[in-house]
Amino acid sequence: MRGRGILGGGGLVNQFLQLLLAGVAQGCVYALVALGFVLIYKATETVNFAQGDLMMLGAFFALTGSTTLGLPYWLTIVFALAVMAVFGMLAERLVLRPVLGYPAFTVVMVTIGMGYILRGVVTMIPGWGTDTYTFATPFADAVIRLGAVVLAVQQLAVIGMTAALCLALYLFFRYAKLGVAMQATSQNQLAAYYMGIPVRRVNMLIWGLSAAVATFAGILLAPVTFVHSNMGFIGLKAFPAAVVGGFGSVPGSIVGGLIIGVVESLAGYYLPEGFKDVAAYVVVLIVLMVRPSGIFGETARKKV
Amino acid sequence: MTDVLELANVESSYGPVQALRGVTLSVHEGRIVTVLGANGAGKSTILKTISGIIDPGKGQVKLRGEEIQGRSPDWIVRAGIGHVPEGREVFPLLSVEDNLRMGAYTRNDADGVAKDLDAVYAYFPILRERAKQEAGQLSGGQQQMLAISRALLSRPAVMLMDEPSLGLSPKLTKEIFEIIVRINRERGTTILLVEQNAHMALKIAETGYVLEVGRIVMTDTCERLAQKEDIREFYLGIKAAGVRGQRRWKKKKQWR
Ligand SMILES: Nc1ncnc2c1ncn2[C@@H]1O[C@H](COP(=O)(O)OP(=O)(O)OP(=O)(O)O)[C@@H](O)[C@H]1O
Ligand SMILES: [Mg+2]
Repeated sequence: MRGRGILGGGGLVNQFLQLLLAGVAQGCVYALVALGFVLIYKATETVNFAQGDLMMLGAFFALTGSTTLGLPYWLTIVFALAVMAVFGMLAERLVLRPVLGYPAFTVVMVTIGMGYILRGVVTMIPGWGTDTYTFATPFADAVIRLGAVVLAVQQLAVIGMTAALCLALYLFFRYAKLGVAMQATSQNQLAAYYMGIPVRRVNMLIWGLSAAVATFAGILLAPVTFVHSNMGFIGLKAFPAAVVGGFGSVPGSIVGGLIIGVVESLAGYYLPEGFKDVAAYVVVLIVLMVRPSGIFGETARKKV
Repeated sequence: MTDVLELANVESSYGPVQALRGVTLSVHEGRIVTVLGANGAGKSTILKTISGIIDPGKGQVKLRGEEIQGRSPDWIVRAGIGHVPEGREVFPLLSVEDNLRMGAYTRNDADGVAKDLDAVYAYFPILRERAKQEAGQLSGGQQQMLAISRALLSRPAVMLMDEPSLGLSPKLTKEIFEIIVRINRERGTTILLVEQNAHMALKIAETGYVLEVGRIVMTDTCERLAQKEDIREFYLGIKAAGVRGQRRWKKKKQWR
């Protein structure tokens, strides 16, 4: 029941470090899906329940890129991100914008419906379907040995790529005119209109960005869980990650994702079976009891 | 003398609530024009209609003779309309400097923007000191300065100002109005000023309109408006039994 190939031996410290690394790597995926939630939520006050399914769709496009088109790993990433950015923008324009201004419940139902449809449509597409696919990466099963400690390159790569994406996003939001305009639109939509920021186009671009970030998460997750039409259910873990971080906080979503990934990994090994799956929600309950607005919650000073 | 901005029989509604019932007014190039009116008269609605936030049900809005009603707000900013909104509406979590950069969102001339940034820092030196601070942490008066500066950064031909004196001390109000006059004189910016503080507005503007429940009920030079009995009573709170009028325009504003 606790047998894990990768935890071959090497003592307690080694075991703990491996669990930690596995948790952080898994947490990176939660973090990126949560980040996608948060971007859309901050900009449009819509909770997008299809975020996990965008990730799934992105992983399928990556699969097509690497197998059917035979692209190398890095080009596969570029291909999938580009396709899904366009898909995200179209989803906003064609599905979400028509329900703009309806009650939040309507909009939530639309995103849930979109998720269902995506899962259904994927199974109908030839070459995708209901099968499970492996996803090749240049990292394969390589390991790094530091003395007695054995670390999987795959997991280090996931962490490194997530860090690189976060840095790129940070620089974009901090310095690029469009990035600052996205923040401005999220903070005060009316004022953004007054400044001549094309608010609707910006919101559409935010959906594109969010779908691309989800796709990146899907590409990182694909070698671990393989590519299949239900891989989007991981969104159920990313949602608590966003809540723990303080829904609406970008750094919070990253930290929340990492916390949940690590807790889950440790709980899965050290605690009796079953705890792994509830760990995320236990963390949510504890954090919300201590800090109801989440770790990076900004509720107290959101609007002036 | 040319009219840079004209409204003709403009009617605007919020769903079933008709806020403007046929507003006609014109703003001479290079002037300061004011619209006075009590709470709920429709002053902000006039400005929102000009900015394209609300599309009028009827009537025309013309900028330099060209009809602009129904255009998108960003098109209207590009065409030369700047808006200092009621209640400041700064971007609270962005730095002062980034707020100003957003004011210049529609522009691509980096040199011109840098020059205008220097110009607004000269008008309001405190903003330069606070450039890196989050706008939400500024005082109300500083936020008002920021809102004015931000609008200036789009280099507007016409600046719409919605109650810039709202919630400010008399001293600060005086300072802000002095800057408004300087902006008008030094930069040649035409200003359409909406105010409940009729005292100050009538002092700095040339032409005034009086708005009551969505209709213009009076228009004249500000000099003459300031002499009229009912203006003095209702908007300036002068007259022996002027307490009523005073209360009316000092009534605490509610948050949009
Ligand atoms: N968002 C809205 N929805 C519905 N009705 C509105 C809305 N905003 C304004 N109104 C109504 O339109 C009318 C004019 O409002 P407006 O905000 O233009 O008044 P104002 O002259 O700016 O008042 P104030 O001095 O209080 O700012 C009022 O009767 C108001 O109740
Ligand atoms: Mg108003």
